[in-house]
Amino acid sequence: MYRETQILNSNTIAPTTARDLAMDEAGAGLVINVGPQHPATHGVLHLVITLEGETIKKIEPHLGYIHRSIEKMCESLSYRQFIYVTSRMDYLSAHINNHGCVLCVEKGLQLEIPPRAQVIRVLMDELTRIASHELWWGAMAMDLGAFTPFFYAFRERETINDIMEETCGTRLTMNYMVPGGVMYDIHPNFQRRVKDFIQLFNSKIDEYDDLVTGNIIFQNRTKGIGVLSREDAISFGCTGPVGRASGVACDIRKLYPYEVYDKVNFDEIIETAGDSYARYLVRIKELRQSVRIIEQLIDNIPEGDFQAKTKAVLKLPKGEFYSRVETARGELGVYIVSEGGTTPYRIKFRSPGFSNLSALDHMSRGCKIGDLMAIMGTLDLVIPDIDR
Amino acid sequence: MTKDELKEHITQFQPKAVFEETGEWLNVQVETGDWKPVAHWLRNGVLQMDYLFCLTCIHWPTAGKTPAAGNTADEGSGGIFMMVYHFTSTVFRHVLVVKVKLTSDHPEIETVSDIWRTAEFHEREVFDLFGVRFLHHPDLRRLVLTDDFEGHPLRKDFEDPVNMIKL
Repeated sequence: MYRETQILNSNTIAPTTARDLAMDEAGAGLVINVGPQHPATHGVLHLVITLEGETIKKIEPHLGYIHRSIEKMCESLSYRQFIYVTSRMDYLSAHINNHGCVLCVEKGLQLEIPPRAQVIRVLMDELTRIASHELWWGAMAMDLGAFTPFFYAFRERETINDIMEETCGTRLTMNYMVPGGVMYDIHPNFQRRVKDFIQLFNSKIDEYDDLVTGNIIFQNRTKGIGVLSREDAISFGCTGPVGRASGVACDIRKLYPYEVYDKVNFDEIIETAGDSYARYLVRIKELRQSVRIIEQLIDNIPEGDFQAKTKAVLKLPKGEFYSRVETARGELGVYIVSEGGTTPYRIKFRSPGFSNLSALDHMSRGCKIGDLMAIMGTLDLVIPDIDR
Repeated sequence: MTKDELKEHITQFQPKAVFEETGEWLNVQVETGDWKPVAHWLRNGVLQMDYLFCLTCIHWPTAGKTPAAGNTADEGSGGIFMMVYHFTSTVFRHVLVVKVKLTSDHPEIETVSDIWRTAEFHEREVFDLFGVRFLHHPDLRRLVLTDDFEGHPLRKDFEDPVNMIKL
C-alpha cells in the first residue's frame, strides 16, 4: 500500500506495483494466508489462498497443526480405552464418535445390545447432533456478521450440556459409551428435562428461522455461493449435510440403520441447489428431524439392562471390522484390523471433515474472498476431526 | 448386487483377482500392475463404484509369518504394505473392498486421484504416514506432518524414543 502511494505521488509511471510483484512471485496471483490462527477457521487450519483481485483462484489447505496421531495411539490402547481418545477428534459430536467405535468392537465380539441401551444411545446421539448444529448455527451467523444468533444458540445448547452433565458426568467429551451398552443408567431427571427442552426448543427453531433463515442479507451472502454439484460431491466423498445439500442421499441412519434408527420415523433432508444456503437449510431442517426422533423415543425407553455382560478384557477375533455412523458432520467410518490380541493391529478413522475439506478448493474457485466465510461456515469444519 | 454377482463381474474383467469372503463385504485382491485399469473399470464399468469412502494402508513388517496378510513365504523378509480401498456405488448400493499388496522395499502404486477426487487427500495422508509413493499424483507432499519430518509414523517399525510411550 505504502509503495503504491509513493508511486502515485511521484507522478511517474511505475514499472511494477506491489501487487504485480506479488503476482510474479506466485506465478499468477496474490497469495495470502488465512490461519492457522484466524477467527473464521474455528481452529488451527491454515489456508494459502491465491487471489486475482478479489477472486479466489486456488486454495491450498495446510493441515496438521493439531495432529496427534490418534490412529497410532490407538494401536497401543485396549478396546475399552481407545474409545475415549476418539472424543477428542470431533469434539462437538464426541458421543457419536464413541458410538462408531463401540459399534465396531461389538461387531467383532458379536455382542447383542440390550434394547434400553440402544434407545439411550440414539437419544444421546440426537441430543449431540442438536448441540453441534446449534454451535454451528451461532458461529456461522457470527462469521457473516450477525452477532446475536451466537447467544441464542448457546442459550439452548447450554441446556443440552446440563442434561449431558447430569447423566454422563461431563459436558463435552461424554465418554458414555462402552462396548455392550452405556456406562451408567440415565439420571432420574433425564426424561423430564429432555421433554422440557424439546418443548422449548420447537419454538426456538422458528425463532432461528425468523432471525437468520429469512434474512435477506444472509440469503444474498449464501445463495449461489460455493456451489458443489452432485457428481463432485460424490467424487470428493462429501457426506453429511454437505453431501445432502448437493442432492446425494448419504444419511447412514437411513442407508445402513444401526440401533433403533430403522424403527423411528424421520426424513432424510435432501436439497439440490448445492450452494451455501442449501447446506444451511439442511442443517436447520435436521434440527427438526432430531427433535422428531427424540419425541418418539423419550417416552418409550424400554426397561431392562443398560449394559450387556462383557468380559473385563476384550479380545477381538482375527479379521477386519468396519462400522459407519452418521455424525453431525457426515459419515464416520471406523476400520479395525485385528490380529486377535487385546489391542487393535491397525485402526483407521474415516472422518467426515477430512473429505469435506478436500472439496473446499474446488467449490471456492471463482468466488470472492468475502464469500469464503460463507463457504467455510457451511462446511462446518472441526479441525481436530480433520487432523486426528 | 449380491456378492456372487459382484464376483462374477470382477472375474470376467480380471480373471487373476483373488477373493476373500470372510468379512462383512466382498474382498478382492488385485496385482499392483493391474490396479489402474481395474480402478477405471470399477468407476466406469457395470459396477459404477463412484464413491470411495475409505482409503488406507496397513503395514505388515513380518509378512510371510502372518497368514492374515494373505501371502506365503515368497515375499521375503521385507514385509508388505496392503493398500485397502473401500468402494460403494450410490446407484446400486453395493460395497466392495479392494486390496493391493505392495512390497516394503519399493512401496509404489498408481494414483486414483484422477478417478475419485477424494483420493488426492487420502493418498497424501498415506504417503505422509506410511511412505507409500503414488505415481502420477498431482501434488504428492506431506499432508499433516512437517516437511522435514523423518520417517513415517504409522509404519510398525517406526521408532521415536522421545514422544512414543511404550505400554
